[in-house]
Amino acid sequence: MRFALAGNPNCGKTTLFNLLTGSTAHVGNWPGVTVDRREGVYKGTPRSGVSQKIEIIDLPGIYSLSPYTPEEVIARDYILEDGPDLVINIVDSTNLERNLYLTTQIMESDIPVVVALNMTDVLRKNGGSVDARELSERLGAPVVSISALRSEGIDELMRTAAEAAGKPRNGSSIIENSCMGDAVRDIARLFRERGLTNPVFRAVKAIEGNIPRGEADLAGEIEDIKGRIELGEVFEDDFEAAAADARYGGITEKFRGVVTLLPGARGMSVSDRIDRVLTHKLLGLPIFFIFMYFVFHLTFAEPLLFTDLVTDGGVPSPGVMMQGWMGSFTEWARGAVGGAMESAGASAWAKGLVADGVFAGVGSVLSFLPQILMLFLFLSIMEDSGYMARAAFLMDRPLRRFGLSGKAFLPLLMGFGCSVPAMMGTRTLDDEKERRLTIMLMPFFSCGAKLPIWAMFGAAVFPGSAGNAVFAIYAIGIAAAVVTSIILRKTILRGAASVFIMELPAYHLPRPLNLLIHLWEKTRGFVIRATTIIAGATVVIWCLSNFNFSLDMVEPNSPGSIVGVLGRLAVPIFIPLGFASTPEAWKAVVAIVTGLIAKEMVVSTLGVLYNPEVEGDALEDETASGALAAALVASFSPASALSFMTFNLLSVPCMAAVASANGEMRNARWIWGTIAFWLLTAWCGAFIVFHAARLLGF
Amino acid sequence: MRKCLNEFTPGETGTVVRVAGAGAGKGLQRQRLFDMGITPGAEITMRKAAPLGDPMEITIRGYELSVRKVEVEAVLMECGEK
Repeated sequence: MRFALAGNPNCGKTTLFNLLTGSTAHVGNWPGVTVDRREGVYKGTPRSGVSQKIEIIDLPGIYSLSPYTPEEVIARDYILEDGPDLVINIVDSTNLERNLYLTTQIMESDIPVVVALNMTDVLRKNGGSVDARELSERLGAPVVSISALRSEGIDELMRTAAEAAGKPRNGSSIIENSCMGDAVRDIARLFRERGLTNPVFRAVKAIEGNIPRGEADLAGEIEDIKGRIELGEVFEDDFEAAAADARYGGITEKFRGVVTLLPGARGMSVSDRIDRVLTHKLLGLPIFFIFMYFVFHLTFAEPLLFTDLVTDGGVPSPGVMMQGWMGSFTEWARGAVGGAMESAGASAWAKGLVADGVFAGVGSVLSFLPQILMLFLFLSIMEDSGYMARAAFLMDRPLRRFGLSGKAFLPLLMGFGCSVPAMMGTRTLDDEKERRLTIMLMPFFSCGAKLPIWAMFGAAVFPGSAGNAVFAIYAIGIAAAVVTSIILRKTILRGAASVFIMELPAYHLPRPLNLLIHLWEKTRGFVIRATTIIAGATVVIWCLSNFNFSLDMVEPNSPGSIVGVLGRLAVPIFIPLGFASTPEAWKAVVAIVTGLIAKEMVVSTLGVLYNPEVEGDALEDETASGALAAALVASFSPASALSFMTFNLLSVPCMAAVASANGEMRNARWIWGTIAFWLLTAWCGAFIVFHAARLLGF
Repeated sequence: MRKCLNEFTPGETGTVVRVAGAGAGKGLQRQRLFDMGITPGAEITMRKAAPLGDPMEITIRGYELSVRKVEVEAVLMECGEK
């Protein structure tokens, strides 16, 4: 049997799902869209007395079954077309009126329904009460009081559900009691004669203006029936408004007395008091920025604020510390595998491919894992506590000008840390276009891996004003984001920022179990990608940089290697950008190409190419980086250095980010288009920066 | 007195008279407003505006909702003198 869980966002659906399925849940995407699809098998207890195998499908959190957002379409299609054996509708009893709005829509289908009345304990604590038996009688469906948080009433819920699943049910509509009642019954009769499933549900939708696919020939008859409805002066012929009004009106009427709220119970709750501070007219934004500063500080800073005053060199932040451990671990694994292969008599190229190619590549990507975990921990806490909605509330106004809504602010800010978790964070956006736009803008927010490039060029080419040069790069990135966002919003992603009609849920303490499950789901996807797509890409890249066209092994990234040859072929493309007109220019171009794989590789590659005789990696070794700095001063003017930096800033960030963007967009045309967009923006941006810098006399 | 919801000041309460005009591309926005409970007869209290003046927070049917001012220009309200 299959049971679907349906309910409003924030009604405790996820908690109930986790409770029912335990560790058996698995998460994927609904086909074609990036909305989480969670499925699991009910883990029964002896006390529930349920012996059948029951699959639980967690539908997206929705307010209505109107077909406007992808989430609503998914939930509606699943209930109507896939026909689960039962729908468990979770209802937040502290917000009964709006939650029952969805319930009355689900009741219009023919699928058996059980209502799980959640959070009755909270309602009681606030001095209210709800009569579950009375609600069940008036609704015409079983109602079970539960507390998902305290796992109370779950056995009874499942026992009731298993019983109800076997009993056929006919849909009924609360709108049948309104002036549209006759029309609903007449149209439902038409649909029933055609053998359509869920006739009542479809009849209500037909009155609202959505005639089922394949039944267009009934349109005339439906119009006739609708013509007989007298909506009155307020609505004229606005059936959508009339239906919504009849639904809310019917709920107020039908369930009067079922729930009692103390007047003003929500008037000045703890949540309101917290909110007064966090969204305060003057304090709101500063508090938010200070909070974000600490999130980033704990994830990326080394050393941690003030600790360098106490100890020599200070204490790195937890994120950096864990990244160090992860790095040592992957480095150790790489060495161990290399050593094992050598003693087993493997050839040099095989050892190079596995140890320096796959293990180094996957290792460098996996070393981001601790910081991704940290960022997502904070993000989950913000989401679970209700602060995320307030952050969007605070930031909506400034972002709207650029075609983004407040919800896009957080992912973009995370982009300064690492594009990979930031792109995964775009899932909190409702609108597909806005999600794509946010992902496309992500590289322009200079990530941590690009910092060594800025530091190297800043110190070498801009002595005395390195800070200004690095600041200019960050500013160029933000300017590029603003300009391209406005352009994209006027062209391929036409439209304004999505609607912002958003619930501000009451604050509550985050639940550790939910946080853990959330983190696990995010990281699992990342690890799978790192070990499949990225491992594959690294093998290809390693071969290109270690072999020449006759497939003999050469010095990595040397002029004779495939990458070196291709890099030299690509030089003409970069001549207008100012840094490719010297004979040594191909080195910079090869560094750009390897930078497409991972931005950490730019400085290493420059080091190898400009000073092949110097031992050590320019990224870590001081002699090597000193030698590189001297070489850079000889090859770059300030203007061409800025141009080179701009190109690296705006182009494809790294393979891990491409894999993440691909995971979020799930559309080959879009991902290739996005890669082209990044490269094009990088070229144009570097061109503008170079010529502007020259005009300014650099 | 009648005015639109976007003109409300913090603390002001009123009743929805109607949600006007189904203009082009406004279908989603209108349906959202209905789904969230902004239908004729519903009582709405404006709580506060965001620090930069927009969006605004309202209380409707016992919960808090954030809306942009331009999204509720079409919501006509009746606010009686208390």
